[in-house]
Amino acid sequence: MQRFNQIKQNALKNWKTITNSSLPVIYIGTASCGRAAGALKTLEAIQGTLQELNQPAYILQVGCIGPCYLEPLMDIQLPGKPRISYSKVTPEKAHKILQAALVGDDLSPSLAVGHFGDKEFTKETGIPPFFDLAMLKPQVRIILRNCGFIDPENLDHYLAHDGYAGFMNALEKGPTGVIEEVKESGLRGRGGAGFPTYKKWEICRNAEGEDKYVICNADEGDPGAFMNRSLIEGDPHAVLEGMLIAGYAIGANHGYVYVRAEYPLAVLRLGKAIQQMRQAGLLGIDILGSGFNFDINVKEGAGAFVCGEETAMIASLEGERGMPRPRPPFPAEKGLNGMPTLINNTETFGILPNVLRKGGKWFSQFGTKGNSGTKTFSLVGKARHTGLIEVPLGMTLRQIVFDIGGGTIKPFKAVQTGGPLGGCLSATHLDTPVDYENMRASGSIMGSGGLIVLDESTCIVDLARYFLTFSECESCGKCTPCRIGSRILLETLEKIARGEGVDEDLDVLYRVADTMQRTALCGAGQTAPNPVLTTLKYFMNEYQTHIHGRYCPAGVCTELFEYRIIPEKCPGCGRCAQVCSSDAIYGKKKEPYSIDTEKCIRCRSCYEVCKFDAIVPVPVSQPMKVEVTL
Amino acid sequence: MERSDIIQLSKDLVYEKGSLIPLLQRVQQTEGYISEESIREIARLLKISENHIYGVASFYSQFRFQKPGKNKLKVCLGTACHVQGGQLLAQEVEKQLGLHSGETTPDGNIEYEEVMCLGCCAQAAVVEINGLIYSKMTSEKLIKKINELTSHSEISASLPVSEEELPQIVEESA
Repeated sequence: MQRFNQIKQNALKNWKTITNSSLPVIYIGTASCGRAAGALKTLEAIQGTLQELNQPAYILQVGCIGPCYLEPLMDIQLPGKPRISYSKVTPEKAHKILQAALVGDDLSPSLAVGHFGDKEFTKETGIPPFFDLAMLKPQVRIILRNCGFIDPENLDHYLAHDGYAGFMNALEKGPTGVIEEVKESGLRGRGGAGFPTYKKWEICRNAEGEDKYVICNADEGDPGAFMNRSLIEGDPHAVLEGMLIAGYAIGANHGYVYVRAEYPLAVLRLGKAIQQMRQAGLLGIDILGSGFNFDINVKEGAGAFVCGEETAMIASLEGERGMPRPRPPFPAEKGLNGMPTLINNTETFGILPNVLRKGGKWFSQFGTKGNSGTKTFSLVGKARHTGLIEVPLGMTLRQIVFDIGGGTIKPFKAVQTGGPLGGCLSATHLDTPVDYENMRASGSIMGSGGLIVLDESTCIVDLARYFLTFSECESCGKCTPCRIGSRILLETLEKIARGEGVDEDLDVLYRVADTMQRTALCGAGQTAPNPVLTTLKYFMNEYQTHIHGRYCPAGVCTELFEYRIIPEKCPGCGRCAQVCSSDAIYGKKKEPYSIDTEKCIRCRSCYEVCKFDAIVPVPVSQPMKVEVTL
Repeated sequence: MERSDIIQLSKDLVYEKGSLIPLLQRVQQTEGYISEESIREIARLLKISENHIYGVASFYSQFRFQKPGKNKLKVCLGTACHVQGGQLLAQEVEKQLGLHSGETTPDGNIEYEEVMCLGCCAQAAVVEINGLIYSKMTSEKLIKKINELTSHSEISASLPVSEEELPQIVEESA
């Protein structure tokens, strides 16, 4: 206890030297998403400019603050002034902003997106508060509270923001007290299934075993989801503290983080954070004199989606092919090396320090009854404001897609939730509250939190085909319903997308999907037909258009449409002819162009570059030779 | 890889089955792929059969058994990238280089792989070239990158910096 207070005091002192210093502080978001947008090059420019101006300053490399569509984000905090955020900061822009701020004391309000100060400052400068941005205002930040605010590679920063205070409270409460607190919080597993967290813990605590394990599931395999990556990259200690609390509550001594190898930065930051914990005495033998022994190791996944399933993950950790095993016995009773094993999602662990720090009751005030707390989502696809968001459970899809996501540019068509095992919900579901029960009732699942917004340019049949390509490829092959079923679903969808579909194919889809749901061995196989079933349910007309009309209205299934240029809309700019790699577009500048559909390979390049919406997909003009009659 | 090298790589690991995947990952990290010789040595070291190692290694998409190309080009086909045209990028690679996922150009210059989600979905569509992720890709931009790779045989280590490579500004709704 004394030792903890000492390191905490020290951390606070270190943090204050930064915040109260007479030097400028510059924040730059360098998580993977920021890096993809060019943040490292901006960082170089920042360092270069500071050198040029001979101006000492603190540079903090922080995690993702959320609005990824604004990346790279650079913030400047001048002494005595609030922190101000600038978006889409290229190296040139960084140079310009810094020079103006540091030499001319000019904060370039026209370039700023928001500040973190009080209302007065907005009056003074006209810069809006950052958290008043349309994308951020409806959000509640509990899990992501430190992301974008601290240097994730610095333990002191985490400690200065009440880090490990939750664990200290846990030590005071004792293991059963901790489980009580988690029960009161109403926290449910954030991996998607929504099993009450405390129940899993109780089973695991009461299970007999000479050794017990805690595993953090960071094998975020859902394409289109990156919440876990962002959390680990932005605040790794929060996840590790959660594991520490869980280990203490169930009486485990070993922890593993099973993280995707595709997330190199997350792996690196976890490794560093664990090293720091060991040095600070937060891991190892007799942690802070409590008599509790615990150590954490990182295990990298090797690229198999099914390893996100608990029993497959255990097989993988044991050095086997990552194939699921029949349950029961559940891992909480008999898991890794035959011992009781607690597996929770990264986000569940990320929430725990908050629950223990501020109390279960406090946490349960967010969200709705039975679905308490907040949940992070990756809001991507055709939404205007893409990024990482955190909202209370029970918020409607409409609020998420339109208020936070800013809606779509082309007309909204659907939102896909829950990853490849989830479903596609149409506009009629926009007022559905996002919680475990409502998502399931609609035929989808909550999943780990990917939300992919789709507009009119997305073909639903193609999307179902896409997900089945994924499921077929990632099926581990152990049980027949999944191995063969996913193959049949895929081939049938491919047939429909080629324009060879018949009504009976829909029947095949239903029957196979039903068999898989009832007989597949693990959750992955049982839910793999979800994308097919939900699209059949809510977008049947699109299947019908493909089968009977032989037409793909979205212009995606290449054999079921051709491009046409609407002469009235085409000003003859010639962009389309430039990008056409098969010389299918001809015409004179300033006059409407035409497309030779014989030559056109439907690569979509012209469609993408046309700024006048003059190029449209239309039904194939030659009637199909094969007329199917039933 | 020789036995002594593998022992060096596995210094901090316990010689048991559970260490197989981490060890394979380290071998691949060092050698670029997993050679027959390495598998033989790992089998001896961990006291498990070569067949078992092949069985495990071939299950995971991360492991490869052939020498890698000089440059690594990955096209992301995660859901967000798919709806933003990732498949078109894959087709472009096939058109430009004649490569399918998992193949390498005959001169060993470019190795191509289609991957499921690099976790940069808000910047879709993305490609990864030699460990760097490029955002908001289009066929046009990809062709430029491929040309760089084929002309210099090594891409300049520059990050995407020009204005057009940054996420395009989307007009706010009225």
